[in-house]
Amino acid sequence: MALRELSSLEKYLGLKKPNKYTTQGDRKVPVLQNNNGPPLVGLVTVACHLVKESKRPELLGDGAEGRAVVQQWLEYRVTKLDGSSKEETRAILKELNSYLEDKVYFAGHQITLADIFMYHGTHSLMVDLSVQEREQFVNVTRWFDHVQHVRGLRHHLTPVAVLRNRIYTSRHH
Amino acid sequence: MKLFLSEGNPHCLKALAAVEVTGAKCDVQYVSHEDKVVPFLSRPSLPALLLPSGQHLFSPNAICRYMFEVSGQDSSALCNQWLEWEATNLQPALLQALHVAVVQGKGSEVPKIIEGPLNYLDQNLSKGKTTYLTGESVSAADIVLWAALFPLLSDSTVPTGEHKTVALWFKHVNGMNACQSSAQKLLQGKGLQGTKSYMQKQPAPLSSHSRDMQPSTSSPVEGDDGERLVSEEEMEAAALSYSKGLSTSQDTERKHPILPQEGKRNILLTSALPYVNNVPHLGNIIGCVLSADVFSRYGRLRGWNLLYVCGTDEYGTATENKAREEGLTPQQICDKYHAVHSNIYKWFQIDFDFFGRTTTSKQTEIAQDIFWRLHKHDFLVEDTVEQLRCENCQRFLADRFVEGTCPFCNYPEARGDQCDKCGRLINAVELEEPQCKVCRQTPVIQTSKHLFLNLPKLETQLEQWLDKSTSTGDWTANAKQITRSWLRDGLKPRCITRDLQWGTPVPHPDFKEKVFYVWFDAPIGYLSITANYTDQWEKWWKNPQQVELYNFMAKDNVPFHSVVFPCSLLGAQDNYTLVNHLVATEYLNYEDTKFSKSRGVGVFGDMAKDTGIPSDVWRFYLLYVRPEGQDSAFSWADMAMKNNSELLNNLGNFINRAGMFVTKFFEGCVSVMDLQPEDKKLLALVGWELQQYIQLMDKVKLRDALKHILNISRHGNQYIQVNEPWKKIKGGDNERQRAGTVTGVSVNISCLLSVMLLPYMPTVSQTIRDQLNAPPSCISTMLQGSGTFVCALSAGHRIGTVSPLFQKLEAEHIETLKKKFGGQQEDEPPKIQPKSTAPSTASPQPAVVPAPATEAIVPGGVNPEKAKLLTQAVAEQGEKVRTLKAQKAEKAVVTAEVAKLLDLKKQLAAAEGKSPEPAPQKKKK
Repeated sequence: MALRELSSLEKYLGLKKPNKYTTQGDRKVPVLQNNNGPPLVGLVTVACHLVKESKRPELLGDGAEGRAVVQQWLEYRVTKLDGSSKEETRAILKELNSYLEDKVYFAGHQITLADIFMYHGTHSLMVDLSVQEREQFVNVTRWFDHVQHVRGLRHHLTPVAVLRNRIYTSRHH
Repeated sequence: MKLFLSEGNPHCLKALAAVEVTGAKCDVQYVSHEDKVVPFLSRPSLPALLLPSGQHLFSPNAICRYMFEVSGQDSSALCNQWLEWEATNLQPALLQALHVAVVQGKGSEVPKIIEGPLNYLDQNLSKGKTTYLTGESVSAADIVLWAALFPLLSDSTVPTGEHKTVALWFKHVNGMNACQSSAQKLLQGKGLQGTKSYMQKQPAPLSSHSRDMQPSTSSPVEGDDGERLVSEEEMEAAALSYSKGLSTSQDTERKHPILPQEGKRNILLTSALPYVNNVPHLGNIIGCVLSADVFSRYGRLRGWNLLYVCGTDEYGTATENKAREEGLTPQQICDKYHAVHSNIYKWFQIDFDFFGRTTTSKQTEIAQDIFWRLHKHDFLVEDTVEQLRCENCQRFLADRFVEGTCPFCNYPEARGDQCDKCGRLINAVELEEPQCKVCRQTPVIQTSKHLFLNLPKLETQLEQWLDKSTSTGDWTANAKQITRSWLRDGLKPRCITRDLQWGTPVPHPDFKEKVFYVWFDAPIGYLSITANYTDQWEKWWKNPQQVELYNFMAKDNVPFHSVVFPCSLLGAQDNYTLVNHLVATEYLNYEDTKFSKSRGVGVFGDMAKDTGIPSDVWRFYLLYVRPEGQDSAFSWADMAMKNNSELLNNLGNFINRAGMFVTKFFEGCVSVMDLQPEDKKLLALVGWELQQYIQLMDKVKLRDALKHILNISRHGNQYIQVNEPWKKIKGGDNERQRAGTVTGVSVNISCLLSVMLLPYMPTVSQTIRDQLNAPPSCISTMLQGSGTFVCALSAGHRIGTVSPLFQKLEAEHIETLKKKFGGQQEDEPPKIQPKSTAPSTASPQPAVVPAPATEAIVPGGVNPEKAKLLTQAVAEQGEKVRTLKAQKAEKAVVTAEVAKLLDLKKQLAAAEGKSPEPAPQKKKK
């Protein structure tokens, strides 16, 4: 899973030579052998490294605050979102829905690695949601639909159909 | 910048130490563990850092990293790697270790929990040969790991195992003043025990083992219901009823004609009569016939004496029209399309007791009888109507047979009832330059005498009956509401005759050559169709004491069933059976648009079978998205998803595994089941879901009830996963016995599932029972009363051959179907209206507009350069108007500026190639 995500990220970043990854441990933590130093271990670590390689520092956030916010969501993805149970999933979606209420992107005013990570992390949840539920988490859905349409980002993931007109307007939250 | 901390929280130690080490300027406020500082998080989470921008950081590692960065120390890749490792690997182990040591007081178990991560840390530290994790100076990583490990490593009473290099590194970091002082402040120098108040409030951590057991599919049940708690009594009661086994009651076979019986619940069930010359689309199918079919199948399982009738509605202008188009007689058209309907419903397995039609002699007989009765009781009034008549064709022109110029917008091809251009309703006589659509001659206005049903005279009687029916029966909310709004507006006399040929003739000599208006005639079809089924039809239709009548329909049909038709029957005064339960669905949309035959959008009944997707799967999905309470939408991607996740991975997977285990491990024989508390708990959970299912089905909540079936197989999957019969079968006698119990209970759940599924997926349901070789009496036993889950396959029962029930729907297949049926164009750029983020700084931020993800096809007149400039101009002008309004400027000034703004917007729209008119609002339903 993680390796596929990394190769999808490589393509998005326009990196010419695909890297070779190995994994470590039961949880298949990705490892990147690095010519200039010790191997890089961990999905977040490797992803940040790729972004730096591609000279796209803006994807890691703008300014110290922006960078902190991006890192915070990368961590959220790998600690909270990944491997969450059914009950946790709903709490997470609620949380994200509330967070995204006044936001277009997870951090700042442009797309960052945080959006890309959260997109990959929420994809399987979004796919499983019914149309009604997608509408219940309207802010998450809006953000998700936006990100999945960003050019060159979706790759192997299936598109999730999002209705543009609300049909459950009578729903009380 | 303000940092919120709570005492005793080890995560807060990270943040506080980072502040002290870096000397960052930051206010610190202590709050309690339960204080919710970060507004969007669902649980209290500390530490939290309020940033100057007004945003919150809630991740302790991100806070530490930030503190270091603002004090000029950017974190290196290696530092970030340690932070990630700490969050993903060390924390889960530490949380469990602290829980075991502090809450459970079992410190001796700590080493085995944290051995792995500490070894990893030890190896890396000794490999790196540096004092600190990332070099010779302290980084955020050192502070984070030190703080995380502090409660355990600073406490000598808890063993942690031998890790020399870790111990050395810890000593270095721990020796720093900043660390000492922050530990003192946060844990009062108490180390491990200092975290007690915090740890006691944390939920018990799941071991990584049990975490992996959680099924990954999310529950479709709405609401935040967690795991239901089961009491001892419930478990024992469930085990007791389970042990009772099947009752000996035999399934009564259906014998036609079905007639009301004394002492039984007699249910007469109708679904709205589909209009014959349209091929029904999926929305029609779920709205009427399929919903009614599920309910009638369920009703029969419940042992109700039930008759389900339906048929095609065949009279009217549209049929005449169609006949003319195809060069056939109206009767030939009806014969042709009646067969089309019949075949579609057969394919969807709609189990009518009788599927008739309205063009029969019984229809004439009954409609004329009701007419004469209304006439006799003086509920009909005469009036003249102005109508267009074509002298050339020798007939009055129905609205759809006239075209002319719209009196409102001058559109030259307006129809007699509505203008397609401006959408306004038109009275045919108001059309300018009207033309007969058939011969293109100009028709003349003639007056024609018609009969009206005097609804105002029946209003009081109707309201009395409605009060009773809606309060005692199950009327859907929309049915009640639509009915109320009709009554609120007051009833007017309604014309029941028409100048047409294709209809039930009006028997009154003054009105010969006229036929009944279809709204008056069509619902009488329910009676005449029943009369074609049995001569004793009056036992159903003139027997309100014994019979309960259910009408199924889509909401557009409600007024005719709740107001108009009951008035006809009330006025006829012949003890008619009136509707007791009016079940109306909302609309089903197709992807994000409407079904449209003319545009070829959507799936129509006759095409469904060509998709290669089984009828049962179509039924399942349509019922899963049944527009129950709200409009819903059919989506190909969603259908594939629900097939693959719910049918294949959940339901099918469970039933198949249960059966395979019995076949493979026990030679196809159900073992003796020795119920343990765990099994009884499952029986109670399953029993509860069954009872919910019955309560919902009784109230015709078909969509909601379906979710409870899926919940049962979810419970079942979890049960198999936890008990691992495939491992136990290889163990000793006790273990083998356990495997036998688990597989035995599982196949019995499959048997229950097959019964609950029967109304929804009749073929699959039968296949499951065939595979299990289940006794037929299981069908009727379990759905009696409030529902009981009994052991239908007892020890020694031999099951049949098990094979998979469902097939995966592949993405490519679905894509092809989606294209074929003209679904949404997925390359369309997303239309998102981002809410502007409210920056706390006063400086104006540029509006955030997501760039279109794909290039739109550029139509003529589009000028992206110009559009860009105009966008800017619109934004500026908009700001100007807002400012003026805020300053309460003179009205004339504001109006002038608004006009400018509107003009700019128009130009912008033109430059972007959009129609300058705002998109018409979706009609409120």
